[in-house]
Amino acid sequence: MGNDRKKKIVAVASIGGHWIQLLRITRTLESEFDVSYVSTHEKCGVMVNGHPYEQVADFSRWDAYKLIPAFFSYWKIFRKMRPDVILTTGAAPGLVALAVGKMMGIKTIWVDSIANVATLSASGRVAAKFATCVYTQWEDLSSDSIRYAGNVLNIQQ
Amino acid sequence: MIFVTIGTQAPFDRFIEMMDEIAGGMKEEIVAQTCHGTYEPKHLKTIDFVPPDEFEQLFTKARLIVAHAGMGTILSALSRNKPIIVFPRIAALGEHRNEHQLATAKKMKELGLVYVASNREELEQLIKTESLESLAKIGETASESLTESLRREIRNTP
Repeated sequence: MGNDRKKKIVAVASIGGHWIQLLRITRTLESEFDVSYVSTHEKCGVMVNGHPYEQVADFSRWDAYKLIPAFFSYWKIFRKMRPDVILTTGAAPGLVALAVGKMMGIKTIWVDSIANVATLSASGRVAAKFATCVYTQWEDLSSDSIRYAGNVLNIQQ
Repeated sequence: MIFVTIGTQAPFDRFIEMMDEIAGGMKEEIVAQTCHGTYEPKHLKTIDFVPPDEFEQLFTKARLIVAHAGMGTILSALSRNKPIIVFPRIAALGEHRNEHQLATAKKMKELGLVYVASNREELEQLIKTESLESLAKIGETASESLTESLRREIRNTP
């Protein structure tokens, strides 16, 4: 494959704030890369018309048994989509996506939710152990291994 | 019109009940997205789940957003230049998994982006303040420095 092939991203987030944050990032990536989406509600698919969209079951750390079917869903989705990069803004379903991506040898990027202003989220701390790169959206939470480069707020002066 | 939203994750009866009582003393139409709570509002016009396109219309129509302290709602309000009052969920009352909404609300207030109410009196007073204005303007997408860093990282994949 030539170097000018468009890189493929699968962007993953649960419905709600995670999804809204994801779109504020990926809308800027769609012109350069092939972006496909995975979320947890059919209404999310409507918001990304024109892009491949797959749905997985939603779950939280409260009902972690749903992790197993989610694991297989991602495995099937990534085998079909063959992404170069998996990008997620969380939450728990995004963490499982990164774990599956890691096992398949795909580059994984975690952007921790902007709602986590005091510490990295629990899922983000797990992602930090294995993901290719982890971003926080708050400078004071960054470290040698946790990057800060800005946030989804993008306050206009 | 005032649009009240508590996100898509869990009910928030304590807040919806307060909003219902406040709505009882007001003439202005208040539409609330209530997420399968058990409290039955008497004065609010309620909807359970709002699909994205309808959500967009309600946001555009509203003069004021009153909401839980979820970042999705805060981002949606600020990106449309709508003033927003947030009322954080409290995990100790079973309203969320952890107390991050208190921290989020505090931070967003420090940054001068949102109005925060933590009890019924503060909520009512803010809602009845005439010509409450949007506190800040945000871009349509994430900051360029973040997206450029991600683009570099993605280009740099073998």
